[in-house]
Formats: sequence, structure tokens, C-alpha cells
Amino acid sequence: MKPQLNIFKNIDKTVLFLFLALVLMGWFNIYAAEVTDDRHSIFDLNQNYGKQFVFILTSLVIATTILMLDAKVFPTFSWILYGFFLVMLVGVLFFGTEINATKAWFRFGSFAIQPSEFAKYATALALASYISQVKSRTIDFPTRIKPFIILGVPAFLVFLQKDMGTTLVFASLSLMLFREGYIGFRLLITGFLAIALFVLTLIINEFIIIGAMAAITFFTAFIIRKKKTELVQLVALFVLLSGYVYSVDYAYENLLEPHQKLRIEVLIDENADLRGAGYNLHQSKIAIGSGGFWGKGYMQGTQTKFNFVPEQATDFIFCTVGEEWGFLGSIVVIALFLWLLIRLVILAERQRSVFTRVFGYCVASLMFFHFTVNIGMTIGLVPVIGIPLPFLSYGGSSLWGFTLMIFTFLKLDSKRLEML
Amino acid sequence: MHLNRPSDFHSSRKVVIIGFFLITGLIFLVQLFHIQVVDPAYKLSASSNVLRHLTDYPARGLIYDRNGELLVYNEARYDLMVIPQQVRDIDTTAFCDLLNIDPAVFESRLLQARRHSPFRASVFERQISKNTFAAFQEKLFRFPGFFVQPRTLREYTYPIAAHTFGYVGEAGPSVISNDPYYRPGDYIGISGIEKAYEEELRGKKGVRIRMVDALNRDIGPYQQGRFDTIATAGKDIYTTLDAELQIYGETLMQNKRGSIVAIEPSTGEILALVSSPSYEPGLLVGRVRTRNYRMLQNDTLKPLFNRALMAQYPPGSVFKVVNTLVALQEGVVDLSTRYSCSGAYYAGPITIRCRDHPNPVDVFSSIKHSCNSFSSVAFRNILDRPHFENMQEAFNTWRRHVGSFGFGSIFGSDLPYELSGLVATSDYYDRLYGTRGWRSLTIISLGIGQGEIGTTPIQLANLSATVANRGIYYTPHVVKGIGDPDSSIDLNRLPNVTTIDAEHFNVMAEAMHRVVSDGTGRFSLIPGIEMAGKTGTVQNPHGENHSVFIAFAPVDNPQIAISVVVENAGYGSTWAAPIASLMIEKYLNREVNRTWFEQRILDANFLTPQP
Repeated sequence: MKPQLNIFKNIDKTVLFLFLALVLMGWFNIYAAEVTDDRHSIFDLNQNYGKQFVFILTSLVIATTILMLDAKVFPTFSWILYGFFLVMLVGVLFFGTEINATKAWFRFGSFAIQPSEFAKYATALALASYISQVKSRTIDFPTRIKPFIILGVPAFLVFLQKDMGTTLVFASLSLMLFREGYIGFRLLITGFLAIALFVLTLIINEFIIIGAMAAITFFTAFIIRKKKTELVQLVALFVLLSGYVYSVDYAYENLLEPHQKLRIEVLIDENADLRGAGYNLHQSKIAIGSGGFWGKGYMQGTQTKFNFVPEQATDFIFCTVGEEWGFLGSIVVIALFLWLLIRLVILAERQRSVFTRVFGYCVASLMFFHFTVNIGMTIGLVPVIGIPLPFLSYGGSSLWGFTLMIFTFLKLDSKRLEML
Repeated sequence: MHLNRPSDFHSSRKVVIIGFFLITGLIFLVQLFHIQVVDPAYKLSASSNVLRHLTDYPARGLIYDRNGELLVYNEARYDLMVIPQQVRDIDTTAFCDLLNIDPAVFESRLLQARRHSPFRASVFERQISKNTFAAFQEKLFRFPGFFVQPRTLREYTYPIAAHTFGYVGEAGPSVISNDPYYRPGDYIGISGIEKAYEEELRGKKGVRIRMVDALNRDIGPYQQGRFDTIATAGKDIYTTLDAELQIYGETLMQNKRGSIVAIEPSTGEILALVSSPSYEPGLLVGRVRTRNYRMLQNDTLKPLFNRALMAQYPPGSVFKVVNTLVALQEGVVDLSTRYSCSGAYYAGPITIRCRDHPNPVDVFSSIKHSCNSFSSVAFRNILDRPHFENMQEAFNTWRRHVGSFGFGSIFGSDLPYELSGLVATSDYYDRLYGTRGWRSLTIISLGIGQGEIGTTPIQLANLSATVANRGIYYTPHVVKGIGDPDSSIDLNRLPNVTTIDAEHFNVMAEAMHRVVSDGTGRFSLIPGIEMAGKTGTVQNPHGENHSVFIAFAPVDNPQIAISVVVENAGYGSTWAAPIASLMIEKYLNREVNRTWFEQRILDANFLTPQP
């Protein structure tokens, strides 16, 4: 490995700019959300915004280091890294520290590290490595199932840490699998149907849904009554879906923890739990809503500062954006994220190396999921699942994890003409 | 070449993926536009710029005694709160006059509150008087940023049972960071019942969200009070204490170091729990708490130390009750067994002195006269039986019996900060002497309740209750009911059974009866009450011996079981036994007729420095 001196050569400047813009916005917003006295310096290391400054500096060191490495180390070491973080995920179950009922942290003094944030990165590398070595034209069943195992094992280990949010993050990699043909349109549509039916089941009585489906089945059956095989398939589909609806209802009533149920119920009806989950959601919405079109101005937010909004610097950082920068600021943040996501897809598509392309899609999928769930929960579209907003939320592990992903991809992209 | 790879056929799917991104972004923008621009529900009303969250602190639950007498209640006080950000244009002079403080103090407090948080309420002045409160309420509109927060403080009917009640104080930073219920300035039970039943006593805070305009005027509830929560009052606690007996016990123990624990044998309910010296519970309430606490902490008599649950002493002769029961159960002695005692027990190099009493002794007379020789021989015979393969097995058999009385472990009910006492293990002796290096003679002092054994006064009272119940005990506890007097707590209702058969307890109860009728405790006989007891004089290497007595009465239908420890007072029969007998007389007759006897105890003082 020969260190490269001009590390910015061929690096995509758009992604670099978006990265820096989002990270800086995050830092200023953490300061605005947490500072209680305007005489406190933003560099105060005893405060979260001061620590975030340290995290940003370290993430720049990580970025530079990655850019200086030879691009070939990533495919070479992907399995070793993957194995290493699997061991870490097992280790944290035994030796980890419990924070907020989630046993996902290794503690070193006042800093804590969450291996699951890095496991996402390692899993993306492993998936890229696996898919890039598949040479056959058609994907047979064993080949198709292996990527699901590669992402399923770390997801299960994270599930054992009782970290629901991060477990679901791994599922987002199916977006990449869709692009690579491991998930077909049929499976994708089935997935959406399943989610739609799930939501409907929670809102409407399950027997009404089954009744409605029966009516549709009957009507369709009447139209295609001449085609025997299709009729059988239709009836089978109806039975399958009815069973699904019924079991969703059962699972919801019997398997979910009460606090998880409430988080879903308040989305449908804010009044379901006005004193608990609904209160938090309402406070979050008030904070964002009170920002209005123009916002209250930087550091002028009252709702986030009063501590009415929980986790205002981590998972609910978007409340500060909404309150202080208003609708305009929210548009800007959302636009920056969409720009970054689309840019990642465009970069991924221009690769000759399957490894780089798959890795790029992994990064985009993971980031898309974080973006959707995090902002979605603050504005009441998604149940409250504690996962951070990339680059903006307070926290070292999350920032470092995404920095690793972005810069590894940028490095791979800069060598796209040399990588096969 | 690479273009032939299967996945490249799906390159068109990027359009679908980018479509997902854009649709998500669009949905977000629509929702944001809705809550930020269109829907007025998420706006604060135009005339107000601040929501103020007012906390309603519910009244803390009351504490009663077993007869329904109120022991602990609340009194309203008011804290003056400030939100520094909202303080503007106030007449500092008028304000300071009202509170009777210096303008410099005003400035420094405001600065301190601002340091805590300019946006959140801080306490400006704690527990202002009713007059100040009334004056303030009228002029509050002149002082934007200030408001009054009602709170309650504890009051006590009698200055008793300080250790049992415990006290309430402001929640510390570690509590606040671990439990989201507590906010700075909130109160929390820190010890005793206040701590053990904190969740029941505190109730649930309520929050009212009010809209306040720039002039500190309350302009009504936010969204018609949709988000307000109503405070739930704390539940009352009904203790097992008998207030009259508790007062009497504390009076008897004045100027003495030690403790009294009285238990109702049939339930395990603690009737009195006295630790002396104690302190007035009112000392640890409100503004003076911290100062008084420091004072009590520095007191050389250690009034904060709850001797009844935490002081560990070797039990002394009282423990002969246990050893004799074990000997009966193991069959090494029976009612026909007689050992001779010539004023001391001699075994090789060891001599254990005894007192002058009729010779030889059987089970009854050995307890009656507290014979050291009998206990030593019986203890050795328990351990030296040939069927034990080694010393460890023999010792562990003995230890299992002792453990079944609750010695060496805490009861773990609602009693705060119990200590477990100590019963040495065979491992301990192995380490000390080597696996084959100890035998019954090595640990002979355990036979008379000395040596590697520590018991707490509550364990001794429980021993007495166990004999009273002829072999079972109910876990001692101080709370009978939560919310209503008889909502019994199941945990305490299950009997604990010892490893000794009931017939042996009948023997022991009779032997202990004779202790009082014409044995070492005859001086404390109560006319008209059949009492059983056992004296103990605990050797104390640091000074005068401790005086110990356990008792229960009436013998055939026990209503009360008791242990008394008076530190550095000498013989068990001279001080602890009389105190126990007075307590029993008080409880069973509700009055004490032996006035000279009572006066002798009240006059006794063991606290004055000894020469």
C-alpha cells in the first residue's frame, strides 16, 4: 500500500459538500437545542455540543485516513471486518453497558461506543463482497438466500440487545437487494401490500378487511370465472391474506409490549395516550409546528429548550430545525438529504465494479431508512423508533459510522476506472 | 464482460428507488406544510409566547399506627419560583422589601437560577411564610417571571420512631438522571418507610399547561386543558406500630444506648422499634434539614444509626435457647439428660466460668440458671457425634439449624437498611485453622453465644417470637396496609418454619417461663402476667458488658415477643429484663403499676462519660 498524497483527486465534490453542510448544521442545532446560557462556548467539552465538536474532528480524521488507504483494502478486508464486528456484537451482549434499556454499548469513561453502528458498515462491505463474486447469469435459490443470511445474523444479534430501531435498519438493505435483483417486483409489491394491510388492520376491525377482501375476490372470480388455474390462485391468495390479517391482529394484541402498541396507536389517534407517548409526539409536533413558515430564528426556540421535547439533541434534533428554521429550514434539510441520496445512487450506477455499486446502494439504503424513520417520527408519520438522523443527531458512533460509509464509497468511486 | 453479470439487467430499477426517495420527501413536505403552515392546532395562540408547565404536587400519603392514630401528616408550604428569561422590568426594591432580602442577594440568586437554566423554573426562595405568600399573591403581576409553587412538608404527631419513618428530602442529581419522574426540587423519601413506600406515598404529580403572556398574566389553559394531568394523591400507610408502646419504649430508653424490638408473634407485625439515642423526626424536615443532618451525623452518640436493625452483637446467653433446641432436635440431650457443673467448664486448656447454682442441671434448670457448662457440653456433643464424617459436615448441620431461625440473613421485608448479622461458615474456620485444624473445642464459645457470631436486635426479637409460636415465625414487618388498614401484604403472611420440631419448643417455652418465675429473670416478674424470657450478658471487649433480654408473654397465648439490648449496662437481668417486662406490662395491661420499678429505669443513665 502506497499512501496517496493528493487524497482529494477524483473525489466527488458534491457529496463532500453535502456531508460537510449536514454535519455543521447538526452541530449548530445541537448547540441551539441544548445551550441554556448564551455565555457558554460552543466548544465547551462538558456539554454535548462541545463533545459533538470532538466527534466531528475525529470523523474528519477518519475520513482522511480512509481517503489515504488503498481502495483495494475494502474488498480484501470486508469479511475480516464483518467477522470482527459479529464478535463485537456478541461481546456487547456479555460485557456491554445498558443505556436506556438497550444493552448495546461499550463504555470507556464518559464516552460510550455502540458496535452496532459499525456493524452496519461491515455488513454493507460483506454484502458487496458476496454479490460482486456471483458470476452466474441467473440467481439460483442458494445464491439468492445468502445475502439475507449475511444481513440477518448481525440484525439478530442487535435484536438480542433489545435495540428494535437498529434491527429494522438492517432490513432497509433489502432496497439494495431489490436493485441487484435479489428481490423481485412481486416480492416488493407483496411487501408493500403487507405493510398497507398491517396499517389497515390496526385502524379498521380485521373482519371488515377480510369481508372487503372477500368481496373483491368474489368480484374478480366472477370476471375470470372461465380460467380454472387463476381461480385457484385467487382463492389461495385470499386465504393467505385473510390469515395474514388475522395473525397481524393477533400479534399486535398479544405479542407487542404495551409501550410499543401505544407508539403505534398515537399515530392513528393522538388522543390514544395523551399523557405518555402521545404527549411526546404532540410536544414534538408543537415544537415543529410553532416554527411556522419562517421559523423563530436561531437559538430562539422555546419548546425544545424547555425540555418538553425528549431526546432533543439526539433522536429529536429535527424538532430544533423545525422550530427555529421553520418550514423553509425543513425544506432545506430534506432537500439536502434527497440530493445526497440521489447523488449516491447516480454515483453507484456509474461504477464498473459491482463491489462499489453494491456498497453504494447499501449506503444509500441505510441512510434513506434513517432519514425516513427519524424525520417521520418527529412529525407523526412513523412510530417512535429510536434511531438517529444521520450527521445531525448528537452522538459519536452514529456520525463515525456514516462517515466511514460515505468516505469509503467516495474512495471506491474515485478509483472507479481502476476497480473491476 | 462485466456487463453480462446478472444484476446489471436490473439497472432500470434505479428509477424506482429514486422514486421512493422523492415520494418520501414529498410526503414529508406535505406533512410539514400541514403542521407548520396550515394547522393552527400546533401554533401557540398569538397573544401568548410562553407555555408554563405548572406542577401540581399531590399530598403525600399519611402514616398511621396500628390503632388508626395519625402519626405523620402534611402541612402546606410555598416555594417562590423564578424563570430568569421572563424576568423583566421589575421593581427590585419592592420585591426585596417583600421578601426581606438584600438587593445583592436578589442579584446573586437570579444569577444562580440563570446558570441553572434561563428557560426553566428554579426555586428562588424555599418555603416562604404564609404572610409572605399572601402579600406576594396580590402583587405577582408586578413581578413577571416569578410564581408560587405550593408544596407540602411533613409534620409529626409525636417525636418518635424517626428511624422507622425515615425522612423526605430533595431528589439528588443521580436520582433525577435515573428516574424521569423526578425533577430538580422534587421531594423523595430517603430512608425508612418514606423510602420503602415512596411510590405509594408520593402519588402522581399532575401538570397543568397554562399560557402566559409577556406581562406574566395567566391567560388560560393551553388547548382547554387537553394535555393537563390530574395529580393523584399518595396512598396512606398503616403501620404495625403501637404508638403508645413506641412512645413508652423511647421513654424507657432515654439516656441509654441500645434498642427495643417488640413483635406480635402471630403475625410478625412490629409493635415497637426503638433505637436509642434517636432524634426528633421534625429535625429532618424542610429548610433546616441539611444543617440538622450534618449535626446529627457528627454526633458521637450516632443518633442516625438504627441499632435495632443494624447493630450486631454476639447474642451471649440468649443463644443458649437456640443451641439447646438444636441439641434436643439432634437427640444429644433429652429431658432426662443431666450434666454436672462445678462452677466452671473445664476442657483441656480451656475454662469457661459459670455461676453458682444447684448441681447437676437438666434442660430446664440449665436455661433457668443460664448454665455455661451445660451449654458447652451440649454444643460439643452436637458436633462430636461419630456419624459425622468430618468437622465440616457436623458444623454445617448445626449452622443449617441456626440459619432456619433467620440468623445470618436479612428478613428483606419493608425494613430499611437491615444488616444480616454473621454466622461463620466452615470455610471460614478452614481458612483460619486448616481443613483438619479445628474441632468442637476450637469453636466452643459459640455454645454460649460468643465468638464468631453476630446477631441484630430484630433477629433476637424474632427468636423470641419463634419460641412463642413454638417453631415458626412470620417475617417481621412495619407496614400492615397501603391505602386501607387491612390490605395485607402477602409476602409477610407466609410462615417460616424452623428445622426444630414443635415438641422441643414446648420444652423451651416452659424453660424460659421458669427463667422469669424463679430463674435469672425473677427480678422482672410481672404480677398477673405469665412471662417467658432469657437473660444474656454479652462480653464486650471495649467496655462494660451489654445487657440483653428476650421475652414473650403470656406464655400460653403469646401477644408480644420482645428483645431488649442495653449497651454497656452490665447483666441482662438488671437492665434489659426490667425494660422488657415494663414494655410487656404496658402492652398487655395498657398501664404500668410498678412505679418504683419504672422510675429506676427512667433514672438510669449510661450515656454520661465513664471515668
